[in-house]
Amino acid sequence: MSANSAFNDEKGGSSSVGEPEYGHDPASGGIFSSDYKRHDDLKEMLDSNKDSLKLEAMKRIVAMIARGKNTSDLFPAVVKNVACKNIEVKKLVYVYLVRYAEEQQDLALLSISTFQRGLKDPNQLIRASALRVLSSIRVTIIVPIMMLAIKEAASDMSPYVRKTAAHAIPKLYSLDPEQKDQLIEVIEKLLADKTTLVAGSVVMAFEEVCPERIDLIHKNYRKLCNLLIDVEEWGQVVIINMLTRYARTQFLNPNMNESLLEEGSDKTFYGSDEDEEEEEEEEEEKDKKAEAPAMAKRKPYVMDPDHRLLLRNTKPLLQSRNAAVVMAVAQLYFHLAPKAEVGVIAKALVRLLRSHSEVQYVVLQNVATMSIKRRGMFEPYLKSFYIRSTDPTQIKVLKLEVLTNLANETNISTILREFQTYIKSMDKDFVAATIQAIGRCATNIGEVRDTCLNGLVQLLSNRDELVVAESVVVIKKLLQMQPEKHSDIIKHMAKLTDNIQVPMARASILWLIGEYCEHVPKIAPDVLRKMAKSFTNEEDIVKLQIINLAAKLYLTNSKQTKLLTQYVLNLAKYDQNYDIRDRARFIRQLIVPTEKSGALSKYAKKLFLALKPAPVLESPFKDRDHFQLGSLSHLLNAKAGGYQELPDWPEAAPDPSVRNVEVPEWTKCSSREKRKEKKVEKPFYSDSEGESGPTESADSESDSASSSESGSGIEESGSGSESEESEEGSESEEEEEEEKEKDKKKKKKELKKPVQESESEQSSEEERKHERKSKQRKSESESESDEEEESESESSQSESEDSESEAEVKKKKKAAESKPSSKPVKKDNKKEKKEMSLLDLDDFEPAPSPQATPVNAFLSNSLATDLEGLSLSDAVLSPATISPSSALKSYEMLHRITGEGLSVEYCFSRQPFSPDANMVAVQMQFTNNATSDTKNLHMEDVKLQSGMRVKEFPEIELLPAGEMVTAVMGIDFCDSTQAANFQLCTHTRKFFVSIQPPVGELMRPIFLTENEFKKEQGQLMGMNEITEKLTLDVKCRNEHSIVQRVTTAANLSRVPCGSDKECRFAGRTVTSSSLVLVTVATKEEGAAKLTINCEKMVIGTMLVKDILLALTQ
Amino acid sequence: MIHSLFLINASGDIFLEKHWKSVVSRSVCDYFFEAQERATEPENVPPVIPTPHHYLISVLRHRIYFVAVIQSEVPPLFVIEFLHRVVDTFQDYFGVCTEAAIKDNVVVVYELLEEMLDNGFPLATESNILKELIKPPTILRTMVNTITGSTNVGEQLPTGQLSVVPWRRTGVKYTNNEAYFDVVEEIDAIIDKSGSTITAEIQGVIDACVKLTGMPDLTLSFMNPRLLDDVSFHPCVRFKRWEAERILSFIPPDGNFRLLSYHVSSQNLVAIPVYIKHNITFREGSSQGRFDLTLGPKQTMGKAVESVLVSSQLPRGVLNANLNPTQGTYTFDPVTKAGRTPAEVGSRSAGSDAPPARLAHTAREVERLKVNRLDMYGEKYKPFKGIKYMTKAGKFQRDDLVCITGVSTLTYETVTLEPSSIITFTSAGPN
Repeated sequence: MSANSAFNDEKGGSSSVGEPEYGHDPASGGIFSSDYKRHDDLKEMLDSNKDSLKLEAMKRIVAMIARGKNTSDLFPAVVKNVACKNIEVKKLVYVYLVRYAEEQQDLALLSISTFQRGLKDPNQLIRASALRVLSSIRVTIIVPIMMLAIKEAASDMSPYVRKTAAHAIPKLYSLDPEQKDQLIEVIEKLLADKTTLVAGSVVMAFEEVCPERIDLIHKNYRKLCNLLIDVEEWGQVVIINMLTRYARTQFLNPNMNESLLEEGSDKTFYGSDEDEEEEEEEEEEKDKKAEAPAMAKRKPYVMDPDHRLLLRNTKPLLQSRNAAVVMAVAQLYFHLAPKAEVGVIAKALVRLLRSHSEVQYVVLQNVATMSIKRRGMFEPYLKSFYIRSTDPTQIKVLKLEVLTNLANETNISTILREFQTYIKSMDKDFVAATIQAIGRCATNIGEVRDTCLNGLVQLLSNRDELVVAESVVVIKKLLQMQPEKHSDIIKHMAKLTDNIQVPMARASILWLIGEYCEHVPKIAPDVLRKMAKSFTNEEDIVKLQIINLAAKLYLTNSKQTKLLTQYVLNLAKYDQNYDIRDRARFIRQLIVPTEKSGALSKYAKKLFLALKPAPVLESPFKDRDHFQLGSLSHLLNAKAGGYQELPDWPEAAPDPSVRNVEVPEWTKCSSREKRKEKKVEKPFYSDSEGESGPTESADSESDSASSSESGSGIEESGSGSESEESEEGSESEEEEEEEKEKDKKKKKKELKKPVQESESEQSSEEERKHERKSKQRKSESESESDEEEESESESSQSESEDSESEAEVKKKKKAAESKPSSKPVKKDNKKEKKEMSLLDLDDFEPAPSPQATPVNAFLSNSLATDLEGLSLSDAVLSPATISPSSALKSYEMLHRITGEGLSVEYCFSRQPFSPDANMVAVQMQFTNNATSDTKNLHMEDVKLQSGMRVKEFPEIELLPAGEMVTAVMGIDFCDSTQAANFQLCTHTRKFFVSIQPPVGELMRPIFLTENEFKKEQGQLMGMNEITEKLTLDVKCRNEHSIVQRVTTAANLSRVPCGSDKECRFAGRTVTSSSLVLVTVATKEEGAAKLTINCEKMVIGTMLVKDILLALTQ
Repeated sequence: MIHSLFLINASGDIFLEKHWKSVVSRSVCDYFFEAQERATEPENVPPVIPTPHHYLISVLRHRIYFVAVIQSEVPPLFVIEFLHRVVDTFQDYFGVCTEAAIKDNVVVVYELLEEMLDNGFPLATESNILKELIKPPTILRTMVNTITGSTNVGEQLPTGQLSVVPWRRTGVKYTNNEAYFDVVEEIDAIIDKSGSTITAEIQGVIDACVKLTGMPDLTLSFMNPRLLDDVSFHPCVRFKRWEAERILSFIPPDGNFRLLSYHVSSQNLVAIPVYIKHNITFREGSSQGRFDLTLGPKQTMGKAVESVLVSSQLPRGVLNANLNPTQGTYTFDPVTKAGRTPAEVGSRSAGSDAPPARLAHTAREVERLKVNRLDMYGEKYKPFKGIKYMTKAGKFQRDDLVCITGVSTLTYETVTLEPSSIITFTSAGPN
């Protein structure tokens, strides 16, 4: 017992070897009595005012503590130095204090005030370390102080201090469990913390103090899932283990439909490579989105999105360098994932097998359990479990276990070949385990039973007794399955009784012979004879079997064995072991018929020679998975203290809405405030967009997104914004929340926006759609943005999303630079409806939208023309995708100087004017550049040509200084370019202004097919046709630029055309609905022919001029 | 979580103890000593030992047992991984992790342990944070400390703990900015009796030594990233970027660290560059036998296999071996023979036991991982970059090599194995 002696040695205080550092100290010689002297010396040093002496003393004291020596008598001297300036002395004093405070409670109190001071320090790190030491002092009196300190620290500004507070909670709890309720409050507060630093520590505290309070997790579940990857590795382990338990209580069993099939469905694993799984995942997620999470029992299983979130966010952690993290994720997948997905953990677990042997040991234990349930998972890695002769025995045995579990018909031959090699090993324990493994393979797989048996029989002639003995035991078990076939083997084994000395093996042979004595009628009595001879020298277990054998032989062959049996029973009667004496007595009564022997002896034969069921060779790891894998309890196969049962799946899922995080309502504010708020919001919004680029563009994008939500319940726009939301979600929960808040807010606000704005925004919405379409066409890789495809935000996807949005930004920039273009609008029923619904919702209350213009300017011209090609060539898509043009040209109505600070610009928004379809919508933008407010802005005294009508814009009550307002009015120009004159009135002044439309704005685009176009054109010949020859501008010789310039000049839509030499456009005049058909036929060297067919000759002539101008400049 | 830690040396002395919660008597280690006695080999002590009130979880490194005492349920790997991290930290600080080194630096060890765990839960395990808190002892510093009385404990507070990149300390400055990457690959193989490979796998790591000023952001791309299908990363690697683009993007820790380790499975055929033939015979009725081993290069395409080392374990009973190598030298290391007589040896070891033969070499035929380029962002200077490739033999063993096994180690070493040269060992066998 070298260990014990060493131990005593240590206690006695003598330092054994290798402590040169203290060798110079005469007192460290180790004589107990000299301790006092040494301590006096140390006390002196501690009392001195030299830091270096103090430090030296503390170092020695700590070294003594490290060796486990008692230095508690120094306590008063040490505690004095708690306020020492020297940081190392201070730290060592802390070490000492924490070690001995429990023993010297009263004196320890002296130091408390120092820490209380530290708790108020402006430096967060000092606050944290003060709390750390204070909470480590196990003195019951200071519990209230600790409680106070923890509470305060839990709401500290610094996350590091909060982390320390979380660490302090279990310390206080173990000191005084009565504080539990208060501590739970603190835990609840800290669980809501959003920093990664705190998350791991607080979950650790949760697990130690109140693991049963699963309800505290609900609200933080999603946050924890999303933070997980950034939490430090130790925290990850704790969080993952806790979430596994949580998920077991909250979600449904993903395998509940398959549970009937159980192990038979190995094939799932073979075919599924990771890609497929990914696809499945996506599909599942689609399902889950489509259907409401509430589900009936019998319905096909739909995974809760939160369940999926957990699986998705833990998967990357399989790549962690920390084995504990990998194991935690592996057990999470094993316990929670659908069967088809569990396979991903196998590779990572196999990788851990290259780690330190202790890690291997634990991992193999878990793999052994898993491989029973899910054999298919590890089959591809069979070779990784091959045993190396350098492995420690315990690893070898575990690997054998796994190999045995993995054995099936297909791989058994290779496994057996491996086993044959192992039998030659010099490690006897390992050989024995191998033989048992062979036995198990033989029982499990019928095909190889004979092969195995033959192999084992060969081992019976092995040189090594242990090998033989083990083989005998295993053969015995195997023979029990089909004894009649193998009487040869039994005979062979009977011979072995002469040689084998291992008791277990002898006992097994005897049992076999007794059991199957009918198969070996001649040999059995002879064996009994030999055994009777050596009875007294046998081990107990063998003696019992000898008695058994005798009894059985007596019953079957009493003639030959009667005397022998008597002899054996007599020997046993006087044996030292009472078990043997009892057995002998019992058997004698049972088998030897006497007068006294009761009814039982009739049944003796039945009792002894009953058919015994063959033993089932089972893995010791069977059913161990009711313990949470990776846990200590699983490893020991016994419940460890503090182990939390892994609950069974619930029958029906509890309400998933408990995990929803409530959104604070900020939206209750007046319509006046709204506008201001919106301005404030801008940078905020772009912040949340993160990488999406410069503020303005982010603005316009987000605006259009929100407007698309407001644009009534059209499915497409809804899903579009949803996809954006989910993209955000993948990046960070917080952002998502913000996003949601904003969307809500927006929605509410949007409802009150004037029709003008919502119209323009609607246009931007449609531009978005266009953009999506065009992107889809342009590159496959960007297809995520398409609304049809749920952007399910796999992590990688979200990244590509980012880069995409960058691309968008670039496009937008380009758009802003390029000239405004015009584009035909196609009216269709759907759209009309949409507008009607908008109308219902919106009244004409003027609320300004400064963003309206930038929104319009945001689609690039080239893109627009691209889109036209796309939309028109595809008849199915076109109705939804035609949009009014962007990039409108604005005209000045009132200059800043003449308007005394008020300036007005107008443009033709090319939107249908909803109150009256015959009117042209004119969008006006009022800007108050003056220093005072302008009030009651309205129009008066409208002077019009006959037939013209005007729908006035609603009065603008107040235009504050420096602000902008837009309004929309409708004018019926009667298909003439006459100006509409009117007075613009403010509360002080009146201005004469006029609006004169370019001819191009007097029409609206219509959709025609090529054939319709040709037909209509054929009817508008002669007088109605105007043809001009022209030379195209150098920059304008391709189709795109032609289309662009024409649509800018006139509000027409393009007609699909077979030849690329001709561009055709169609529209109708607004008032009279007369057709306007434009054809531009290009020839070599920029020569071109412009043809316009129109009933209204005046319009036709004017339009020719305008388009000529547009194309030649 | 972790209650206490005991350090026990090979002879069974507890030479250091540290408690994070209330004190656990060291008598709890008796259960460990019992298990140690039961185990035949030091590495066979079970890593987890249950005792009536505690559980002991231990790791064995550098012939020192690190025994952690825990009281309640905790994932065993959590503790094991932490203990290994402690050993790594000691190694990092003292160069070696031996009993002597720990005893010499007992105060630093204690300070380290104090910082690494708080109430049994890991607090600071990143070496960069620790080094900021407690300066590693160097000869110079020790001298300065003895003269001036200054301390090893950093005056600074552990700001790294607060940062988003806890593995890197702030304000790093170097005059020479360098980044070195070692791509080390090891082949593990099992070869059967007939010489055909049963399994062969490549185990690779990229160890980095980065000494760069400021907060550099590095990206490392590979020529053949498809080889890396089973990887584990240092936490600094941005996983999403890797998933999407197969580029390693990271803010490196300061100093030495393992960037990633990977595993190329046996599917990719690994060619073994050498072959071994062996033969062993025993003379009947005598305690002697003959042991022949022939070693030669295999399809190395003219490349020399360097630094070949064969080690073969012989059974306990072998007292001595006289070998006549044709090239190089050999050593025979007699360990633990536990009083067996030669006569016994003869009868016992004549069977065919499986010995391991270890081979080390630096050539192989398989495609290896190649670094394409290394870029740095975030800092202005131009660093010096270096990448080195190495192949080593890992657990390379010949299974079923019919000879004798045991604890005595026979090591044969030679510098180079030229394509034409063949080495044979002949021996008079155990005598």
